[in-house]
Amino acid sequence: MIDLEVPKKFIPLVKQAAGLADEVFRPISRKYDLAEHEYPRELDLMSAVIDGLSDSGASQGAGARTTSGGAGEPAGVGAGSRAGKTKETVNGSNLSSVLSIMQTCRGDVGLTLSIPRQGLGNAAIAAVANDEQKQRYGSKWAAMAITEPDTGSDSGAIRTTATKDGDEYVLNGEKIFVTSGERAELVVVWATLDRSLGKRAIKSFVVRRDNPGLKLVRLEHKLGIRASDTAAFSLDNCRVPADDLLGDPEIRTEGGFGGAMQTFDNTRPLVAAMAVGLTRASLDLATELLEKAGITPDPSAPLHTQSYAAARLLQMEADYESAYLLTLRAAWMADNGKPNSMQASMAKAKAGRTCVDVALSCVQLCGATGYAETELLEKWARDSKILDIFEGTQQIQLLVVARRLLELSSSELK
Amino acid sequence: MSHHTPKPTLADRGQNFGMRLITRAGGLEAMKNPALRAKVEKVLYRGARQGFRAQVAAGRAFTAKTGSGSPTRSKPAKPRVQFDLNPSDDQEMIREAARELADEVLRPAAPQADTDRTVPDEVREQAAQMGMALLGVPTELGGVAEEASAVTSALVLEELARGDMGLAVAVMSPAAVANCLVNYGDSDQQATYLSAFTDEASPATGALALMEPQPLFDPAKPQTTGSLDGGSLVLDGTKSLVPGASASDLFIVSALVDGQPRLVIVPPNTDGVTVSDNPAMGIRAAHTGTLHLEGVRVPSRNLLGTTADHSDAVARARLAWAAAAVGTAQAVLDHVKGYTKERKAFGEPIANRQAVAFTVANIAIELDGLRLVVWRAASRLDRGLDASEQIAHARALTEKHCAQIGSDGVQLLGGHGFVKEFDNERWFRDLRGAGLMEGVLLV
Repeated sequence: MIDLEVPKKFIPLVKQAAGLADEVFRPISRKYDLAEHEYPRELDLMSAVIDGLSDSGASQGAGARTTSGGAGEPAGVGAGSRAGKTKETVNGSNLSSVLSIMQTCRGDVGLTLSIPRQGLGNAAIAAVANDEQKQRYGSKWAAMAITEPDTGSDSGAIRTTATKDGDEYVLNGEKIFVTSGERAELVVVWATLDRSLGKRAIKSFVVRRDNPGLKLVRLEHKLGIRASDTAAFSLDNCRVPADDLLGDPEIRTEGGFGGAMQTFDNTRPLVAAMAVGLTRASLDLATELLEKAGITPDPSAPLHTQSYAAARLLQMEADYESAYLLTLRAAWMADNGKPNSMQASMAKAKAGRTCVDVALSCVQLCGATGYAETELLEKWARDSKILDIFEGTQQIQLLVVARRLLELSSSELK
Repeated sequence: MSHHTPKPTLADRGQNFGMRLITRAGGLEAMKNPALRAKVEKVLYRGARQGFRAQVAAGRAFTAKTGSGSPTRSKPAKPRVQFDLNPSDDQEMIREAARELADEVLRPAAPQADTDRTVPDEVREQAAQMGMALLGVPTELGGVAEEASAVTSALVLEELARGDMGLAVAVMSPAAVANCLVNYGDSDQQATYLSAFTDEASPATGALALMEPQPLFDPAKPQTTGSLDGGSLVLDGTKSLVPGASASDLFIVSALVDGQPRLVIVPPNTDGVTVSDNPAMGIRAAHTGTLHLEGVRVPSRNLLGTTADHSDAVARARLAWAAAAVGTAQAVLDHVKGYTKERKAFGEPIANRQAVAFTVANIAIELDGLRLVVWRAASRLDRGLDASEQIAHARALTEKHCAQIGSDGVQLLGGHGFVKEFDNERWFRDLRGAGLMEGVLLV
């Protein structure tokens, strides 16, 4: 039966995440925006709350935490595995994850990304690791290293190499834009076993952060999400045990790269949820500030009978709701074992562009107060831009959607 | 009529909603489902029992009747607690029936109906046979609803408007009047007017006329006025874009009465009521007209519902238009998906170009977003929750994105979109209307 409300069983979780956003993240939001690269120690103090969120049964927690994997454990958005197709509708961990991330990112996107053990590398481990590897690495904080200086959206063209040498692989190359790269305990590195074999030779490797072959080159200075560290690494004859190649070590003619790309299918709804959360934050504050300025939008009256500011707020609320529901749909489909690659990209595309548009418009509507550091609106506008870029840019999402809709291959629709 | 049937078990009750509707669908594909057919056979007697009734001319006479004293309302659908995008089995069956009506009947008839500004008789008959206009009318009052469901209405409107918006509006306009009587009418009003709309052989036509011609129109502040004069209400004003105005059996108009917007029942043969033609850019099959009210005197008992009921009607109408826009936008998407792959330029399908493919992708994204907002609003209404914000969102998205989708649907075809070779120019005209129309349709 069609119903698009937050299910009752997730309401306590959403409230907890909202509490984390309001009581923990917001008060330190500006502090770590200004103190880029400083570790937010408050997150350690709050680890009990965060682990409580993660272990609250119905949830995968505030981030893409995928430490579990025990029998009967629900499949997380980042977990890669899908719930089997059952007759009854399931509201599982995919839905609860996006709901809680919407809340924590209403608090702060950078701090959400900095929550220990919630890294996107954890999602990769869950997506492609075998059971033994999941056991070994499930409780560790894992960052994700895909992008290289010359390889962005075309992640199939990476140049970092992995060469088998006895019981080890030797990794060589450069990795950039590694979120939580400095703080994480593990870095999941994408590398190719044989560049001449193309995408299917790409495998992911777990590299311990203290591996002497993994050198931190620098931390980036960024437009936004400054609370989250973004690292660049060089891999110089970096040796890892052969057991640390995630999943299947063989180069298959098909499926290998697709499997790796499936990580994206699973993490895109999470990033869409981040964008939805940030959009909510901007709208809430702008609405509050404009109300003090005498603007009260009336949802029942036609837009054309209201002031520009009121009408604009209502329009932005409408696009917010569209992005919100597209995100919930993508997660719900994963919970119910439905292939959701296109819907995940739809959610990411809509949420990404909506959050940038809304955050910038809220700055505009609030004028000097919006633009100045006295409020967080200008910060959210800066933070928003990454959400339309990482885990696949707006343009990549549109490509995914268009290829699926039009049934075109990547060689037909480039 | 339901008191003739054995009291349904709880399990039956769940199925009943769709059954009586499907019954009328006769030879539809949906009837090939054996489980469905078996259940339908149980209620087939109804159709067989119906005697032939002489065709009644438009502008029929309504004799004031006294009802039982307590009006009959549709029962609200039962609330659920899961996030779910699957329609119930009943909703799925009704949607399937509407889909077939759209594909087999509405779409093929649409171009000519648009040109002629008429609804072909066979379209009206088929739609009436399927009981599409009675979805919100309880069985006790001769309709088909066990449970009233805004979601079901939205699904049906979406499908019908995917077939053709103009014909969907024409076919569903009487449903809005019937639903107003069910939702807001007292028992006397229901007894007096409703049976004409549930008449199988010749169901009444009608229109919920809220629109007015002035720019920046706000339905909460109609310029049409109603002054109480003894036991009468005297109406003055103009209503625009009223579907089928010239052949309507009954109007429900909005008017400012004592400073409050109210709904008023106005039979077309009342003195002072005149109708003139009011063709528009789109929804032309619905043959829109202008309704002029000059010193129209109706009994004050013709006031329908309260001021709150008026706002409820405005909101439900906006949601209905958004649902219809979803359907027509889906028609655009379905078409351009095929066309851009077939049409070649520079030696390859134009869909191979990002500028084209991304336009198609964006149509799909905005369309899906709007559909979900419509569903959420409708399911909130069914749960008895406040849906005013979601309805406002659906309205705003319809205004902003559906006009764009209509435009893109022409643009992707270039000159071929601009000429009447394809349906796209009609969708362009129809989609522009969905974001500005008030009244007429109702979920």
